[in-house]
Amino acid sequence: MIKVVLPANLQRLAGVGRVVEVELAAPVTQRAILDALETNHPALRGTIRDMATKRRRPMIRFFACEEDWSDVSPDAPLPDEVVAGKEPFLIIGAIAGG
Amino acid sequence: MSRVRVLVGTRKGAFVLNADANRKKWDVDGPHFAGWEIYHLKGSPADPDRLYASQSSGWFGQVMQRSNDGGKTWEVAGNEFVYEGAVGPHTWYDGSPHPYEFKRVWHLEPSLSDPDTVYAGVEDAAIFKSSDGAKTWSELPGLRTHKTASSWAPGAGGLCLHTILMDPGNPDRMYGAISSAGVFRTDDGGTSWQPANKGLRSNTMPDQDAEVGHCVHRLAMHPSRPQTLFMQKHWDVMRTDDGGDSWREISGDLPTDFGFVIDVHANEPDTIYVVPITSDSLHYVPDGKLRVYRSSSGGNEWEALTNGLPQKDCYVNVLRDAMAVDALDPCGVYFGTSGGQVYASANAGDTWAPIVRDLPGVLSVEVQTLA
Repeated sequence: MIKVVLPANLQRLAGVGRVVEVELAAPVTQRAILDALETNHPALRGTIRDMATKRRRPMIRFFACEEDWSDVSPDAPLPDEVVAGKEPFLIIGAIAGG
Repeated sequence: MSRVRVLVGTRKGAFVLNADANRKKWDVDGPHFAGWEIYHLKGSPADPDRLYASQSSGWFGQVMQRSNDGGKTWEVAGNEFVYEGAVGPHTWYDGSPHPYEFKRVWHLEPSLSDPDTVYAGVEDAAIFKSSDGAKTWSELPGLRTHKTASSWAPGAGGLCLHTILMDPGNPDRMYGAISSAGVFRTDDGGTSWQPANKGLRSNTMPDQDAEVGHCVHRLAMHPSRPQTLFMQKHWDVMRTDDGGDSWREISGDLPTDFGFVIDVHANEPDTIYVVPITSDSLHYVPDGKLRVYRSSSGGNEWEALTNGLPQKDCYVNVLRDAMAVDALDPCGVYFGTSGGQVYASANAGDTWAPIVRDLPGVLSVEVQTLA
């Protein structure tokens, strides 16, 4: 199972814990993870990426295996550690404000 | 005995405050949607247990919420707001063209007769309608595509449609107010809209009495007299008695006529309330004193209401959607401040007491009077 870590406000919105698991067939990509996340938790639609364009919202970042994946193609395969569930795919609200 | 339910939107969640008709002892329920900005929540006049809430965040965008039990529980509703057809630019602060972009829902106005029908005023300025209980939204594009729309420029809070008023005697007539474009009226159920700003003067424009461009902060109407509207403009308190065809100033002897809120007594259509704010550069009450001003003559003559309100070292603001009245007799008046206080008066403003003192900054206050 792939582990996805959500920011606190989205945990409360979707009524889930910090880590959400999704099951995906290969290839595991950011797009596939977000599609599955939105299907399993419709409350998250539009909160991580734009509803129409599917582009990442400006103040959201994606991290995996200590790398910033925010501007990597959403169709690029994610690292094997994420696919194997050993490392989480992190959805982060950018630090801003006080 | 009747009850009162006060719906409070804040910068960090929503709160539901309940009391019986004495309005002395309050239960505070919340925060709902903790951590999110709640620009507005409002109940359906046709089914008071049906509530709608606009939940938003600079990080996570727009979410809509719906309750079927008076705010005890909530469910996520539809949040897809797509402008219809081609989207042209509006005017930016510096006068340059700027692309239209949906940012958030500022105001929700449920239908007077159908709990599943609700209108949303949004930034960048447009009006949307849902006929299925906020599951899906469609724009009424006649407003945003008005021939003057490319000249609309944002106020400090953004290019927001913040007020929607419905004429209880004419389902085809509605008013919308936009900062800083002005008032628009439809007489065909939202298909077409016309500016209704004659009589307004604003020194922020080269042509001070132009057809559009006025920074209207808030409109209020008494349901028994829908031709009469009251307005708190950026500067100036205004009144129309012909449905917006012409406006006249009623600031009278107010200490300053800058402000955001305005509302009408539930049982006296000529009794109105404002909270003067120092100026457009000093968004707090004058002289460190929180004073509501009441006119019992429909404007021009105002009295300061201070009993129970802080009269020293107070520097709060009261935002445009943060005042409401109940329908009891005597009329209850409520408002929330940027400092997180929600004040209530159970005697039309003669005396005040805080319901709560330490909420996050208040963005909106609505009141439901329940049987």
